[in-house]
Amino acid sequence: MQHLFSGLGILCLVYSGWFIEWLLAPERKRRLPISGIFLLALVIVATLPIYAPSYTPILMTTIIMYIVLSVSWTLFSGPTGYMSLAAAAFFGVGIYAAAILGKYVPLPVFIAVGGLASFIVALLVGALTLRLRGIYFAIFTFGLVILIMQLLLFWELHVMGIRGRFVTVIDYNTIYYAMLIIFVVLILTLYFIRRSKFGLALQSIGENEEAAAHMGVNVTWVKIITFAISAFFMGAAGATIATRWTYIDPYIAFNSLFSFLPVLMAIFGGMGQLYGPMIGAAIFAYLQEVLITKFPYYYMLIFGIVLVAAIVYLPNGLVGLVQKGWRRRVGGQHAST
Amino acid sequence: MLLVKTLDIVIGGLLMGGIYALIAMGLSLQYGVAKVLNIAHGEFIMLGAFSTWALYTTFGINPLISLVIVGPLIFIIGFLLHRTMFRSLMKSAPSLAAFEGSSLLATFGLLYIIQNTAIIVWSAATRGITYLAFPVNLWGAVFAANRLVTLGFAVGIGLAFYIFLVRTRVGKAIRAAGQDPATAGLMGVNINLVLALCFGLGALMAGFAGVLYSMCFPISPTMGLGYTIIAIIVVVLGGLGSIPGSFIGGFILGIIGSVVTYIEPSLTVAAFYFIFILLLLVRPTGIMGK
Amino acid sequence: MRVLEGEKVTKYFGGLAALSKVDFKVERGEIVGLIGPNGAGKTTLFNLISGALPLKSGVINFKGEKISGLKPHQICRKGVARTFQSVKVFGNMPVFQNVLLGSLFGTPTAMSSADATKETTKLVEFVGLSAISTVPVKDLTLGNQKRVEVARALATKPELILLDELMAGLNPTEMAESMELVATIRGRGVTIFMIEHVMKAIMNVCDRIMVLHHGEKIAEGTPKEIATSKKVIEVYLGE
Repeated sequence: MQHLFSGLGILCLVYSGWFIEWLLAPERKRRLPISGIFLLALVIVATLPIYAPSYTPILMTTIIMYIVLSVSWTLFSGPTGYMSLAAAAFFGVGIYAAAILGKYVPLPVFIAVGGLASFIVALLVGALTLRLRGIYFAIFTFGLVILIMQLLLFWELHVMGIRGRFVTVIDYNTIYYAMLIIFVVLILTLYFIRRSKFGLALQSIGENEEAAAHMGVNVTWVKIITFAISAFFMGAAGATIATRWTYIDPYIAFNSLFSFLPVLMAIFGGMGQLYGPMIGAAIFAYLQEVLITKFPYYYMLIFGIVLVAAIVYLPNGLVGLVQKGWRRRVGGQHAST
Repeated sequence: MLLVKTLDIVIGGLLMGGIYALIAMGLSLQYGVAKVLNIAHGEFIMLGAFSTWALYTTFGINPLISLVIVGPLIFIIGFLLHRTMFRSLMKSAPSLAAFEGSSLLATFGLLYIIQNTAIIVWSAATRGITYLAFPVNLWGAVFAANRLVTLGFAVGIGLAFYIFLVRTRVGKAIRAAGQDPATAGLMGVNINLVLALCFGLGALMAGFAGVLYSMCFPISPTMGLGYTIIAIIVVVLGGLGSIPGSFIGGFILGIIGSVVTYIEPSLTVAAFYFIFILLLLVRPTGIMGK
Repeated sequence: MRVLEGEKVTKYFGGLAALSKVDFKVERGEIVGLIGPNGAGKTTLFNLISGALPLKSGVINFKGEKISGLKPHQICRKGVARTFQSVKVFGNMPVFQNVLLGSLFGTPTAMSSADATKETTKLVEFVGLSAISTVPVKDLTLGNQKRVEVARALATKPELILLDELMAGLNPTEMAESMELVATIRGRGVTIFMIEHVMKAIMNVCDRIMVLHHGEKIAEGTPKEIATSKKVIEVYLGE
């Protein structure tokens, strides 16, 4: 039964993603029914804790979290073609923001701080490495997770004298709403970016970076800002979910798995459309829930196989595959360095 | 006493440096020639280490003999992986940059496949073997014999490999393919074979490093990632595309690591990373890069 | 007034000298042609002027101000625009958005979105693509894609435009139209520096021609002078 409600929730979220794409398209027919369904979808998802079994919001929170991570990853790595493997680093920064500040400030504040801290770290990392070739950036972000983890470990052990921290406990429904709000802010941000001058510049960089630079676009700056925006949401998601994990330490908070999963979800789902990574996130988050307690290593093994298979056979993801079938237009861009 | 301390640090650094040099040479081959940045490189080290452990504890096979058994097996795995997976990616990639990206992601997936298979087969626990663990006294500083043997083999394998690259026909074909694949192809070099060979050889180096490592240190299925990063840092330090650079760079980083560990062990990784950032910003071509 | 000048411009690729102490100048209102056999260094010179590549030595000045060493987007905003030998359009974006980008980001002084949109509409009309302004550029013919590139470059309100082999790959009708386009660009007050292989186009349209060979300038003068220069004829083997 709870799977039914979770399925309904996922459908509503994916529809939201599709809706944003629809809003951005030049021709829009049947405005009233489509917008109406969107509002309905929002209502369904917002009222889920009221009518669905108590486990559903918990599962949905995890799914929304992965959606936020994979969509944020695509926000940057899709258009720029720069492969970021740093999601786990920003996610971890958010987690630690929650752990450190949770006792002293309310939920919205430490979520905002987590997002902001990640934003700042991303600005620094971006400024240092986005001028270089893509492969250097990929390597750097890959090691960033371990670097921050080691630094934090050193700090916590030798300066603060502690190994791990307990995070304030927040009730599950509040966490659900927080994650949902982050999701809504994310897709709205995406919408406004794409409609703006900045979004045009971002798209042009993805199409042809050299030409964009020659037409007056400050390419490095656009990349850095986009990177930082995507990091903000990853940090906010981390700060939110930390309250459910209750105990964290540097090893738990900075786990490369959270760099790997968004990439897997986005590539498998397809990066051309907003709802591609969302579908990928929903599928794998669901699989993870099912497999994680019984077969933790099997599920990671399977995910590894799926990622390799997706890269080799599904360069445009699931969405791309479907689109190729029923429309002439091919699904979209594949991240490259 | 100062002399002994310094010797301790320097030789200790060279010992780790030998391992670093081997894995860096392997990665340099894979990225420099085959253009695959293999994030799963460390997993081949782990496979070498665990195979050695398994052979030793189950059949009592001497780890040094394992070099000859495990090495070729890992080479074949690497070779086949390239022939199948990376060949396919090469065909479908629209540009070199696209291939670099997709192959990097593919190795990311490979990392999860290999690591979790190892955990399923061998469980996630740390284990170790003791082999040639008796102490040796060098001018007052004491080292375990197995570590000195490791260093000897690392240098030996490194030199042998260098000679292979410079003197043999296959070696020259590899160097040609690394510099200019198109022309090399026109000169009669079977490019696809050479690239797969390079990937296999790269894995072989990692495998050797794993075998030697398992003689001296405890091993765990998650040990790979840290060494992959070190390999990447050494490759950049030595210069992307330069095998001798990777060899020397490995020893340099080993000594730096030894010094930092002496001062504050938990900052060793951070120190490596700091060097990496510095290199990227000031001299991305590394010491001997082109 | 000297719009563009370069002094002893040198560029190496590895050990090979792509350009060797090349001096050049372009006066305001001129159309200057740049010719030479393949590999002579023509596009490399354009890449150095536009900031795509750094110089090894020498200096490039635009309107008296040094631009060598600046980034491409900075040079663009100073008033230098270019097209590319292998057309670098934004394929998945419609014609209008391609040109709009130049208008929004490349002009010396920032324009409001409304003004930029107006300018873009005018430019799209100027190159004759109003009818297909919403079509993704990757679906256009090569000739039209080149027009988009020109419109996009003009959108940045340049004083100097670098045209890199505008005629390459076009059929005779398209070539004639392109030549007309070049004349109308001059009519708008933009100075033109163009690389071309199609001799007829260059000879008919340029005020002055520069000849490069193996990275060195071997001749410079009016079309008539160049057409009759023994050195140039040798280099081109009787073309």
